[in-house]
Amino acid sequence: MKRYTIDPITRLEGHGKIEIFCNDDGDVENVYFQVPELRGFEKFLEGRAVEEASQIVTKICGVCPGCHHMASGKATDAVFGVRPTSAAAKLRELFFMAHFVHSHIAHFYALAAPDFVVGPTASPAERNVLGVIGKVGVEIGTEVLKQRRIAQEIQALLGGHQTHVVMNTPGGVRKGLTEDERKTVEEQAKGFVEFSKFSLKIFSDVVLANETYVDIILNGPYSLNIYSMGLVDENNKVNFYDGKVRVVDQEGVEHCKYAPEEYTQWVAEHVEPYSYLKYPYLKQVGWKGFVDGKDSGVYHATPLSRLNASDGMATPLAQAEFEKMYETLGGKPVHATLAMHWARLVELLYSAERALELIQDPEITSDDIQAELPNVPNEGVGIVEAQRGTLTHHYWTDEKGIIQKANIIVGTTNNNAPISMSLKKAAQGLIKKGVDVSEGILNMVEMAFRAYDPCFSCATHSLPGHMPLIVNFCDKDGNVLRTYKRDK
Amino acid sequence: MDFEPKIVSFLCNWCSYTGADLAGTSRMKYAPNIRVIRIMCSGRVEPTFVLKAFREGADGVLICGCHPGDCHYHEGNYKCLRRYHLLQKYLKQMGIQGERLKLEWVSASEGKQFADLADSFTETIRGLGPCKVKENVETLA
Amino acid sequence: MANEEKPKLKLAVYWAASCGGCCVSVLDVHEKLFDVVAAADLVFWPIALDVKYKDVEAMPDGHIDVTLFNGAVRNSENEYMAKLLRKKSKVLVAYGSCAHMGGIPGLANFTTKEGIFNRAYIESESTDNPEGIFPQTEYEVPEGTLEIPEFYNDVRSLGQVVDVDYYLPGCPPQTERLVEVFMAIVTGAELPPPGSVVGANDKTQCDECEREKSENKTIKKFYRPWQIKDDGKTCFLEQGVICMGPATRGGCGVRCIVGNAPCRGCYGPPPDAPDPGSKMMSAIATMIDANEDNEIQEIIETIDDPAGTFYRFSLPASILRRTIS
Repeated sequence: MKRYTIDPITRLEGHGKIEIFCNDDGDVENVYFQVPELRGFEKFLEGRAVEEASQIVTKICGVCPGCHHMASGKATDAVFGVRPTSAAAKLRELFFMAHFVHSHIAHFYALAAPDFVVGPTASPAERNVLGVIGKVGVEIGTEVLKQRRIAQEIQALLGGHQTHVVMNTPGGVRKGLTEDERKTVEEQAKGFVEFSKFSLKIFSDVVLANETYVDIILNGPYSLNIYSMGLVDENNKVNFYDGKVRVVDQEGVEHCKYAPEEYTQWVAEHVEPYSYLKYPYLKQVGWKGFVDGKDSGVYHATPLSRLNASDGMATPLAQAEFEKMYETLGGKPVHATLAMHWARLVELLYSAERALELIQDPEITSDDIQAELPNVPNEGVGIVEAQRGTLTHHYWTDEKGIIQKANIIVGTTNNNAPISMSLKKAAQGLIKKGVDVSEGILNMVEMAFRAYDPCFSCATHSLPGHMPLIVNFCDKDGNVLRTYKRDK
Repeated sequence: MDFEPKIVSFLCNWCSYTGADLAGTSRMKYAPNIRVIRIMCSGRVEPTFVLKAFREGADGVLICGCHPGDCHYHEGNYKCLRRYHLLQKYLKQMGIQGERLKLEWVSASEGKQFADLADSFTETIRGLGPCKVKENVETLA
Repeated sequence: MANEEKPKLKLAVYWAASCGGCCVSVLDVHEKLFDVVAAADLVFWPIALDVKYKDVEAMPDGHIDVTLFNGAVRNSENEYMAKLLRKKSKVLVAYGSCAHMGGIPGLANFTTKEGIFNRAYIESESTDNPEGIFPQTEYEVPEGTLEIPEFYNDVRSLGQVVDVDYYLPGCPPQTERLVEVFMAIVTGAELPPPGSVVGANDKTQCDECEREKSENKTIKKFYRPWQIKDDGKTCFLEQGVICMGPATRGGCGVRCIVGNAPCRGCYGPPPDAPDPGSKMMSAIATMIDANEDNEIQEIIETIDDPAGTFYRFSLPASILRRTIS
């Protein structure tokens, strides 16, 4: 038995390791994905004032803190038995769309693009954003930096703290928007729409026009036949901020559509002794192990699953891209894991369009941003879509609003079982008798993981640091303006 | 081995320290477990002192000041009283029994009252057993 | 233009029990990225580079010039990496609140390993675990033995495990402060003595806060932030809302207060106040406008969760360190 350990997994947010066991013939016997971290948020929220939870749970993740802040804020509203004011809900959703924009842009350019633009078997020294810049031009790199910075500035404007946002209060938000601020953000939102369209064009020109890549997406060892989950509005269109959770099966038939407070009827979590992270599954179907198919309760909660679980996008340009994607990939639902990257870009466009819709809504500058709180606090559930999956926060409080119990199911947690399965499938497809198990091969196994965007958002770069590299910055005529060299 | 409580006490110069001194000069016998720290006013006592005392191994902490209205600095004992109540709430959250911290007003002439207080507080602490703060911290490091 | 004569600073960034926000704060250099790249070689950074633990183990001692270590020490892997990076680094910086004081994960010192495991794996309302399975540090599968780190009962700050050269506070540190410290190191400016806090002001938040303050700071009642209509311009404490500003170093640009939320103390205590919570409790209690025992107790009753409020980011670094079971 030969054993390959990848420790730690890299180019994503969080800690993890992968153990690959091969038999004497060189074929993969089994793959174990282990998460070594646990901090205990559900326990140490006990005793805290419920309105503080929104600011404590942002520290579950510094990459998608806005998601936890929103789910927590909605759970807190529910604890007080109120809905936010209409203007407050719009301000929250606007913040949330900026949050999606920055995260999806960063993920695509830093993680996805290298594998496709530079190539999945390229050398690690090139297979990063600098390599991407080399292929598509430095203007784009600068533009990515700029769009991410703008999205963060919008977050800071609405939420105070740009990372660990503080905007929510029970029944509303703490800060409104002035007309001058609104005008600035409107221009910025238009910029997001343009950049999103452009990103989809890159995907189309570089990935879809390349038969090898399309083949890897459709026929590579990265495909699972599992249920799909996502939040939808009353028209079954994708919505990240509010709605009901819809799950469809392998053929796209609805399995359930539940309101937040009903989640324990439909989702349960399984425990394994070799990992700190639990494995959510569909309760009515049951846990049958790490297998796919209709009789296994394994589901995913990803950009692809969200699109699978919906009847479309609520904004026009994104809807057109939605239709194009499914037409190209042979109908709905799609089970090719790498198609997540495409779905993510469709969502990017939707986030941008939705941000523009919200900023042009006359109510966005209203000062009616906090609802009255007439009820005694009690119990509440809040659900939003995090970039990497459906996020559920559930709090119980005493009559003073001090948390007595908390239960949280995090976005990426939903995907624990599928990730394990994707890794095993990828390893079995790539590592066989006679194959030299190089660093590149192990990295291709990791690719199965990265499609899920496990809570990672990075500005623009992953720097090799120890391979020779020369980057020339050229003007549009090809004259070299500047050279950066790294010789070791 | 029988447990002998270690008690740290903060006595204000003008009233309670003088009262304790009176107990001494009057040759009153009382429990020797009290370690006295003289401060100018009970208003000088801040939560840090109490927490450090527990951290360094005290089983009980006693704070004494002038009776309300008699503080040499007018307001100091009231500030002490306010901090004492907040500190009690904090100690409860941290799992330290509230009886381990006591605040009493003792005047300069109340030598007997001080002696009785020393005895009764020592017995209270004896009943509670050793305070686990120091041992707890040492097993962490 | 990269200066090839001057050797580049070898920089590492590592996360222990953290959220990733400190890594994001490093990436938030935005346009200054090229200055960083010109001056530093990143030699280890799991979020961004494919450098693995075995590569760090193979480095000579002191090979890394500066390591920004973020995250608290929660388990055996965190502890191992803290000690390993101490050996391999010339300068070790405790970066962010978690490494500095324990941070939010430090709130777990209100409970125990048992409490956390029971909640997560047994009591959780959505968890189905009839056999009562807990994660094990070693577990036999048919193919071999699988290992995961040991989860300790107590959370510790970085300085409670290894010697730390500098503390750069904040949750996360404001990027501008990081850039200032980084440029100081790169340009060879004189640094304060080892063990110092850098990248933060010596004065408190109140010094930078633009809310209006009067001389009158007496409280008849404390309010939870949602119990009042914040006027957006008066000092929170004067409105009866607890704000940790007076006991917290400045340097973050009062970002939470700008967002109309009271400060919760992530930048840590000012100099000479190693335990921020107790100084703040002293100040808050002094503000109470009552002398009668009953009245004082009633007002104290309006302060909910003092321990979790005054020690939100600093419980492991506090005098008591954790609750007594």
